[in-house]
Amino acid sequence: MARRNLIRELQSACGKKWVLHAPEDLLVYEYDGTIERGMPEAVVLPDSAEQVAAAVRIARRHGVAVTARGAGTGLSGGAIPCDGGVVIATPRLNRILELDPENRRAVVEPGVVNLDISVAAAAYGLYYAPDPSSQKACTIGGNVAENAGGPHCLRYGATTNHILGLEIVTADGEIVQAGGETGEAPGYDLTGVLVGSEGTLAIITKAVVRLLPRPESIITLLAIFDEVNQASRAVSAIIAAGIVPAALEMMDKYTMQAVEAAVHAGYPPDAGAVLLIEVEGLAEETAEESRAVQEVCRDLGARELRIGLSPEDRERLWAGRKGALGALGRLAPSYYILDGVVPRTRLPAVLDGVYAACERYGFRVANVFHAGDGNLHPNVLFDERVPGATERVLDLGGEIMRLCVDAGGSITGEHGVGYEKRNYMSWIFSEDDMEVMARLKAAFGAEERLNPGKVFPTSKGCGEVSSRMRAAIARAGPDAYI
Amino acid sequence: MATPPPIRAPVGARLIAPSETDLSRCVRCGLCLQHCPTYLATGLETESPRGRLYLMRALAEGVAQPTANAVGHLDQCLQCRNCEAVCPSGVPYGRVMEAARAQVLAGGRAPLSWRLRALFLRQVIARPGRLALVAAALRLYRACGLRAVAERIPVLRDRVLFAPTVAGRPFRRTGVIARPQGAVQRRVALLTGCIMPLAYGRVHEATARVLALNGCEVTAPAEQVCCGALHAHNGDRETAAALARRNVDAFLAAGADAVVVNSAGCGAAMKEYGALLAEEPDYAEKARRLAETVRDVHEFLADLPFAPPASGPELTVTYQDSCHLAHAQGIAGAPRLILAAIPGLRLLEMAHADRCCGSAGVYSLTQPQMSLRLLDEKMREIAATGAAVIATANPGCMSQLEAGARRHGLRVRVAHAVELLDEAYRDSGAGV
Ligand SMILES: Cc1cc2nc3c(=O)[nH]c(=O)nc-3n(C[C@H](O)[C@H](O)[C@H](O)COP(=O)(O)OP(=O)(O)OC[C@H]3O[C@@H](n4cnc5c(N)ncnc54)[C@H](O)[C@@H]3O)c2cc1C
Ligand code: SF4
Ligand code: SF4
Repeated sequence: MARRNLIRELQSACGKKWVLHAPEDLLVYEYDGTIERGMPEAVVLPDSAEQVAAAVRIARRHGVAVTARGAGTGLSGGAIPCDGGVVIATPRLNRILELDPENRRAVVEPGVVNLDISVAAAAYGLYYAPDPSSQKACTIGGNVAENAGGPHCLRYGATTNHILGLEIVTADGEIVQAGGETGEAPGYDLTGVLVGSEGTLAIITKAVVRLLPRPESIITLLAIFDEVNQASRAVSAIIAAGIVPAALEMMDKYTMQAVEAAVHAGYPPDAGAVLLIEVEGLAEETAEESRAVQEVCRDLGARELRIGLSPEDRERLWAGRKGALGALGRLAPSYYILDGVVPRTRLPAVLDGVYAACERYGFRVANVFHAGDGNLHPNVLFDERVPGATERVLDLGGEIMRLCVDAGGSITGEHGVGYEKRNYMSWIFSEDDMEVMARLKAAFGAEERLNPGKVFPTSKGCGEVSSRMRAAIARAGPDAYI
Repeated sequence: MATPPPIRAPVGARLIAPSETDLSRCVRCGLCLQHCPTYLATGLETESPRGRLYLMRALAEGVAQPTANAVGHLDQCLQCRNCEAVCPSGVPYGRVMEAARAQVLAGGRAPLSWRLRALFLRQVIARPGRLALVAAALRLYRACGLRAVAERIPVLRDRVLFAPTVAGRPFRRTGVIARPQGAVQRRVALLTGCIMPLAYGRVHEATARVLALNGCEVTAPAEQVCCGALHAHNGDRETAAALARRNVDAFLAAGADAVVVNSAGCGAAMKEYGALLAEEPDYAEKARRLAETVRDVHEFLADLPFAPPASGPELTVTYQDSCHLAHAQGIAGAPRLILAAIPGLRLLEMAHADRCCGSAGVYSLTQPQMSLRLLDEKMREIAATGAAVIATANPGCMSQLEAGARRHGLRVRVAHAVELLDEAYRDSGAGV
């Protein structure tokens, strides 16, 4: 009955068509890009900040949690409603409200797809710099929540460096402005706090993003190595040579095999690793850097170098990298993607450790990462249908995270803590640290109401909640359909 | 920790359901979302490739039941396979959807609309005599002016818009239908199909002339039947397989170097005959062998390569990719290559040329609302190019775009790309 009223109220606030509640419909909101599951009691797709606020207030009155969802490409279980409740999905909030080339900024709704901003800004020679590999699908709301990174963040910084201001809906259902049109507002930097808050502090309903002018010249280089080791040494050597490439990415053998099957990038089957390096800036400077990079790579044993100058050629070189994660689905029925970060110089050692750990567990691993940032993504290949495999993969994941932390790194480079890594938080933060974060969350009035079960360590499992929901819906019988 | 639900055995005695291997290929990365016309139109995960795959998995495992709501999400899928073309993980979406629909249809709980549709496809589309009667009625409907009237009545307008256009002389020739002037360089067999000869006989005539001019002897085997694509797409695999077997026999007997198809949907289906009949000992090998010789007409001409026409009329043309050519067969370059080779022709690309126009087989009839929505968007993008001609590669798309032009009062002509090549040859005085 309570659920029925909740749904009725959401319907009158947002329109009948935009509230989903049938079991088959809720089913497809129980996942994101991870292997976690959790089913909501209702999904609502608001069309305005006011509707978001109304939905939050309704959920609050009914004492159920709210979880925001963008495109569901997240890789830490962030958009999964661990505690059931209401999912607020943003695909209809997908308008670019303002493009302001003079001040090099755009005002966008949270459901706008990352790449669409650059497409729209292209007419003015501008673009939005953070470029997660999922940029064709993921939303700005999700990017802000996860402080998403991407290949080009090596030079330009992650999402947080490109957000000038936000409009949010608080856990109380109030619409609040954070930051300003210029990015520098007096007082505390509220925007900075909100970027990376993983939907646990507030729901973003608008973002003012920075646009950058397209560089005069861009050169993309692909260097092929026989050994992973040579490639990771080249990474350090390039930076040590004083070059700051716009992007510096690495893929190992398994990744290349998958990519080759997906996009026919022309990678030699026996190569050990490839580096994708992009330099950009003024034409002369770029040509100079490109030559320097080639020299370093050759010195370290690169057996082949490919160069892309035209946009088409460059896109071809990039295609493999951008499709790499998805392509791994070709190698195994499931993969578990890890996201750790270590000091760049420790990359070769940590990488060896990762390979050794995977071998010990008997899993294949495909590595693809933002090497320049020391941000590694080992992808453990497995079959979730094999009993016990998922648990073992998660144990292995914990071990690899430990490797990163021990090497002076951290448990997430860009995918966020979410549900998956909440229990590793204690490895890097003291109890006092966690207490401060909890107080911050309380200051936003968001305790257990916004995206519960994320970021903070808990013992409650998302899965338990999900199976409870499934059972409840099954028990409810026809009532599940209202 | 959330472990995914266990895989249960498919319901029913026979294993009609998408295979576990195909289903588990989807890693839920979401990279297909922005390519799916129905997701873009609604923003709903339930109308997205990823959502549908998850639902089909639940149906196959018996976790979800084929309720009207669930089946509705399968219905809303255009089967345009845009998602499949962009999926980095190689999910064979088209195959999964066909199997899922077959599972629902065989499961005994299929909605009445599905059973009626299957009956219509089996009893009318696959029966040339009956189909000709329907075509005659549609021809009369248009010729006597009733259509023009009906499309002007506001309450009727949207309902009657998608009645297929049937005009011009039907194509009924069989046997050798065209010969080159000089020596025969290639012998090809033409799939005449079910709808094309009735609705757009002129496209077959143009295809035959163009092929002959490029050194091909063209046969239309008399024993051939409908390719079965519509049946497979709508879950009636048995009829699809029965039709496929007859075509395999008919075309192998013709012994041509290639089977040339000028309808994208049919070409895609025939290229998949090997997979469709893979489990049938008598046919598996033959079907695979035949499928290897199937070529879309643009693909065939581009590979020959065709002789560029010496001149052509001044024309502005925009090209609408037919989904089953661009996405199912991966052919987007060849039609453009052909158009670009025509002197005097200016190719004006529209935005999102590879996005479905909403025709999608019988979709415009079964899901008119979504179909209209996609069509309206398409016509706006076409109008923005200012082109005088829309070229495309499939009879369904032609009919849909013609309907769109009427609805939007756009004075554009819709043509098959090969028709334009044929006209250019004739303009330059080449002939057979
Ligand atoms: C193939 C692939 C490649 C990827 N590559 C990268 C990469 O290179 N770099 C990188 O950083 N990430 C990458 N990711 C991860 C993912 O795409 C990013 O985390 C992205 O920012 C998620 O956006 P989304 O719209 O899909 O958000 P979702 O997955 O829907 O949600 C993610 C989180 O954001 C919250 N959220 C969403 N919208 C709002 C809102 N309006 N207000 C408040 N909170 C909100 C959710 O509650 C959740 O906690 C990749 C993922 C895939 C599948
Ligand atoms: S792109 Fe492929 S793997 Fe990714 S969600 Fe879509 S169908 Fe699944
Ligand atoms: S076939 Fe077309 S409509 Fe269906 S899910 Fe794929 S992209 Fe969407």
